[in-house]
Amino acid sequence: MSANIFIEFVINVLSMGSLYALIALGLVFVYGICNLVNFAYGEFITVSAYVLYFVGTFTDLPWWLVFLIAIGSGALTGFLSELIAFRPFRGRSLDALLVTSFAVSIILQRSFQLGISPRSRAVPVPDFFNINVSLLGVVTPLRNMLLIGTTIILLIAVLILMRRTSLGIAMRGASENFVTARLMGVPANLVISIAFVISGILAGVVAIFWSARTGSVEPMMGSGPLLIGFISVVIGGMQSLVGAVVGGYVYAFIANMLSLTLPSSLLSFRDAIMFVIVIAFLVLKPEGLIRGKYQEERVG
Amino acid sequence: MKRNNTADENTLAAASLGSRPYFNFSSKWSTVVLLVAILSGIGVFIWWLNIPFIEDIFTSSVITLISVLGFQLYMGNSGILNWSYVGYVGIGAFASAIFSMEPSLKAMQIPIMYPFLQKLHLPFIPAVLAGALVAMIIAAVVAWPLMRLSDAVGSITQFALLIVINVLLSQWAEVTNGPRTFTLGGSRQTTIWVALGFAILVITFVYYFKESSLGMKLRTSRDDRYAARSSGINFVKVRYQGYVTSAFIGGLAGGLYSHYILSITAGSFYMSELFKLLSMVVIGGSMSVSGAFFGALIVTLAQQGLRQLELGLTRSGFEAYGMSEIVVAILMILFLILRPNGVTGGRELSLEALRNLFRPKQYTNNNGNKK
Repeated sequence: MSANIFIEFVINVLSMGSLYALIALGLVFVYGICNLVNFAYGEFITVSAYVLYFVGTFTDLPWWLVFLIAIGSGALTGFLSELIAFRPFRGRSLDALLVTSFAVSIILQRSFQLGISPRSRAVPVPDFFNINVSLLGVVTPLRNMLLIGTTIILLIAVLILMRRTSLGIAMRGASENFVTARLMGVPANLVISIAFVISGILAGVVAIFWSARTGSVEPMMGSGPLLIGFISVVIGGMQSLVGAVVGGYVYAFIANMLSLTLPSSLLSFRDAIMFVIVIAFLVLKPEGLIRGKYQEERVG
Repeated sequence: MKRNNTADENTLAAASLGSRPYFNFSSKWSTVVLLVAILSGIGVFIWWLNIPFIEDIFTSSVITLISVLGFQLYMGNSGILNWSYVGYVGIGAFASAIFSMEPSLKAMQIPIMYPFLQKLHLPFIPAVLAGALVAMIIAAVVAWPLMRLSDAVGSITQFALLIVINVLLSQWAEVTNGPRTFTLGGSRQTTIWVALGFAILVITFVYYFKESSLGMKLRTSRDDRYAARSSGINFVKVRYQGYVTSAFIGGLAGGLYSHYILSITAGSFYMSELFKLLSMVVIGGSMSVSGAFFGALIVTLAQQGLRQLELGLTRSGFEAYGMSEIVVAILMILFLILRPNGVTGGRELSLEALRNLFRPKQYTNNNGNKK
């Protein structure tokens, strides 16, 4: 492996990993607090991407305002879906929650198909996203650098929120033991709503960079990030925020490695290989790389 | 005293019917007879109507019914949602199609297919059974380690398994013709009577499974893992046996489906199919065979009605594709909130249950052992 390929590989892993880390973080925020594997998370991303498309195409607002509106709409989707669909299931079985989130995801997908169009739409991207910059002799679009920077800022923000504010402490308590946290006076509705809002904000950020990469938005676009989020979360450990971030980077590493090393005839099976790795991981090490609170994952 | 002891009531009911307490036809096996009677009644009526379009809808619904019954067999008895189930339906569909197609036709359709697969040739029914067997064997090979995982981790592994199966079905061009459509050729072999015959067999089998010792062990492990274990039930083993059995029925449904529709793609055995099965089981009630039966009936009727509406709307210029799924999804969420055990509430349809409907109140909780 020559030096250039190596540097390119590192940049790819870091930029893709940053995106995947954000996706995984959005999933794990909700999972950590209400034990819900949110199938509708992919659709939060789609909503934000559609807002990007509509606001960006049909208005002359500056790009930063468009981005803010997209992120805000992601947060709103998260908040509303919790309020309408998930709140009635508080304290019910895991399967009921899973099935509900699956149904919410189907409802949103079909609504996009029905209300907007089953075909994909081009998302406008600010010009500076696609400027090529040269780094250590490797040319890469500026958006990759922006993505890494944004992720670092967001991770620091999340860290401060969770460590330094009373809201963060309440959330950590709730994810550790929800019942005890409530007994200590943590307001359950607030904490769960905030978790969904943060998840939605992250979905909004993901939507910006995801649609900048693909350049378009279509009703089913959420399934790609959702699967990536699943894998990353599983690799990192279902319970911890640090685990999700680590999982995102590990996933990007494995995916890039497979793309580099797999013969082209096997390349279309990459997803299958990834998921076999996930299954093996879950069977052998169900608590993930970073261990969270105690849970009974294996029963025999 | 508001409620009598259930055991007392059972004896009372048995005595009043004049039958022996341990073989009580009206409370147990009448379920199968009633369900089969309803299904065949509808079938004969539709055959008598003799409208090909309605007959087609009925045949495909009966195949879906078989598929739902297999899904319920594992989910209802073990209490575990099996996300990978539609993957086995897909495996059964492709495998049986490969078994039943003429070798020369296969060579023409899919020239790159492995030679040993091209040479295979079986008549229709053995091909469907062989396809189901393939699905079952694959389940038997992969499932053992997965049965030990529970809760969220268990769900995600099953989900991951579904994706693996889907990628293999849609990319392995030497077996399934890859992302292109796999066309069987020839004429439709799953007729209304074939589907009906298999459905009757499967209803009987699924109900028998529920009442068998394996089914009871599985339900014990569903209700209380630790109690089950301390009574000497190896719940990983019984889960495994249930899972593999359900994969067989799934494969069977897949084989019948592919010989009905005659051209299949991997996409037919993925999220939207899974969603359909889930909605049926949730709306009907996952805990009972009757629940799966009536869930399939309700969802099919609702979807067919809505689809006609969709078609009408689309013809008049308003693109309404996907509306029926939204309605079913909303219905499903409402059921989960308001009536989590579905329309049947986890009970079976039986002569006794019917009789209880018309009895004074104090005898109505014979089968309602949930609450």
